[in-house]
Amino acid sequence: MLRSVKGFICRPLKLDHGYALHMAAKDCFSSVVSQDVQTPAEKPRAIFYTNESDPAQHSEQHEGRHYSIPLEEVKAVFPHGLPYRFQQQIKTFQEACVMVRKPALELFTYLKNSNFAHPVVRYVIYGERGTGKTMTLCHVVHFCARQGWLVLHIPDAHLWVKNCKELMQSSYNKERLDQPLQASFWLRNFRTTNEHFLKEIKTQQKYVWGKRDSTEQGRPLGEVVEQGLTRVKNASDAVGVVLKEIKQQCCLGSFRVLVAVDGVNALWGRTTLKKEDKSPVSPEELTLVYNLRKMVMNNWSGGAVVTTLSQTGSLFKPSSAHLPHELLGKEGFDALDPFVPILVPNYTEREFESCYHYYLHCRWLQHEKARTEDGKEELRFLSGCNPWQLERLSAPL
Amino acid sequence: MAVVAAGRVLRLGGRWSAAASGGPSAQRAIAYLFPSGLFDKRARPMMKHPSEIFPEQRKIQWGEDGRPFHFLFYTGKQSYYSLMHETYEKLLNVQKHQDQLVAQGFSLQKEKKNLVGSRWLTKTELEGMLLEKLSDDDYSRFIRLLEKLMTLPCSDIEENYIKKFSKEIAVQLQKVSTEPLKYDEQGVAFSTGEGVRKTSRATAVVYDNGTGKITVNGIDILRYFPVLQDREQLLFPFQFLDRVGKHDAICTVSGGGRSSQAGAIRLATAKALRSFVTETEVEFMRQAGLLTVDPRVRERKKPGQEGARRKFTWKKR
Repeated sequence: MLRSVKGFICRPLKLDHGYALHMAAKDCFSSVVSQDVQTPAEKPRAIFYTNESDPAQHSEQHEGRHYSIPLEEVKAVFPHGLPYRFQQQIKTFQEACVMVRKPALELFTYLKNSNFAHPVVRYVIYGERGTGKTMTLCHVVHFCARQGWLVLHIPDAHLWVKNCKELMQSSYNKERLDQPLQASFWLRNFRTTNEHFLKEIKTQQKYVWGKRDSTEQGRPLGEVVEQGLTRVKNASDAVGVVLKEIKQQCCLGSFRVLVAVDGVNALWGRTTLKKEDKSPVSPEELTLVYNLRKMVMNNWSGGAVVTTLSQTGSLFKPSSAHLPHELLGKEGFDALDPFVPILVPNYTEREFESCYHYYLHCRWLQHEKARTEDGKEELRFLSGCNPWQLERLSAPL
Repeated sequence: MAVVAAGRVLRLGGRWSAAASGGPSAQRAIAYLFPSGLFDKRARPMMKHPSEIFPEQRKIQWGEDGRPFHFLFYTGKQSYYSLMHETYEKLLNVQKHQDQLVAQGFSLQKEKKNLVGSRWLTKTELEGMLLEKLSDDDYSRFIRLLEKLMTLPCSDIEENYIKKFSKEIAVQLQKVSTEPLKYDEQGVAFSTGEGVRKTSRATAVVYDNGTGKITVNGIDILRYFPVLQDREQLLFPFQFLDRVGKHDAICTVSGGGRSSQAGAIRLATAKALRSFVTETEVEFMRQAGLLTVDPRVRERKKPGQEGARRKFTWKKR
């Protein structure tokens, strides 16, 4: 891909490279930076890496730098949250390095300064395709997990409205439909994330699951989760119960809750599912979606709701739709109405440099031309400073 | 020939008479070659000129009695020797004219004729003209004679004759003047260029002191060209000149598909960049093919074939 067109014509001339913007980008970094990128790994590492592994301490001085999350923590906090390509990257590099970016820092300031007595504030992260919305969400989730919040992380709400093999009629409410597989999968991951909370929170009423199964009042929430996992038929109802309990008890203030939903526009769009009589299913008729909608409402307090809009998994939406009102539709926009929008842009110059040096350091860019200035310019042009594009471009290099 | 054909018509009375009267196979042939309903000039079958199919042949050199027409027939190379004789005659003519002028007292001046733009006929071309084989020796003798004729001062008289044996060479390096840079209100230098490829037409305005941002029809290239290949095409002129992040460009394009639009914009930006760059660099760009219009256009489908080149499946029976 990086072509050597200069090879077949001998060129005595060489144009001057010094242009203001590029030098400014270099000047941003510490004086440790030298012109030659192939110096030992220690010096360039200072550009893109920071040792601060607690997201709570991240501030503007860490902006543009990567911090690594220990792998055990990744398994505990993110059993199901990270994008697929990032998971592959973790497996390859044997380390999980996330870049600290401005939208995430903005969210941290809001969360730190939010008053938990007031009704929850909803934040909607939006942006073009591949700019890092899901990664920002994961950064926030990590922050809250470190702070000790209860994290309700739904990795992709679109998975609940499409490609569902098993749809059952709900036993609780005749009109609704259950999705046992998705519900049990989510419950399993929820249990991995919030082990200690499940022992502390107690149910406040009795729930009857069937003729012989019931959960008494005052039992730990872990039992409800176990019930959902063992009796897969009741998994969706178990999810509903969990959400209801958490919502009720969070107002009391003993713990904070973060509801992190990726692809929240799936809750108000259309589904590709069909009932047995081939009539289309609307999202309200799905138990999981119904309960999640209640969770995302701002009629409770003591936490935060951070959501992401996603066009890639969305159904029946054009690929040029990025703004909240396009992707959410009228219904969704009204439901989420007082929300704080957070735009995630493409990489800035500094972030691009940081990412590029990170790939170089991990020896991900093997092509010899990739190490040169020209190679960097070419990558910058071809990726348009879009993180997703850059990642895809550098993969075969 | 007509007599022979008519004779055949009378004698056989079979297939040929059918053709003469316009029988079924002839009708089918005509219908195939000239399908009715297509009267457009472009729908006519494309046939080569008969001179390309039937090469010129020498007519018979002797008459009914066996006596050759040309007096030099028994030399073996009659046209060659007659040509040599003719040329030498012209030479003598010129020399006679020269002597007359000298006798009258005019001074002889030879203006240097520009020999750069013309060349003599090659041996194969001469053979084609004379319709007989030559040896290298013969050819070189003829060329030497022509050169000698050219060097004489008064050879202008026989210029028409000499022109028959010389050909113009196309002037390769035509001076294409590059436009100067224009400056807009803020004092930023910019220049425009236009490009075409297949059915796309593109115009590009390239500004100096930029960050490498390119906008097409008001949309960023990352969104207008989601495919990497198209963006690589746009990158090519800038990368070739080592100016990847230095210029901004605003382009408009219409027509064609995504690949031809990318090619058209590439040509337009390359033409616009000529004003920013030295002449040697322009020459390098030209040699790299950045400034040449791609002549490839969709070839038309021909009747009797499935596509432009693909024939129908051949069935043996």
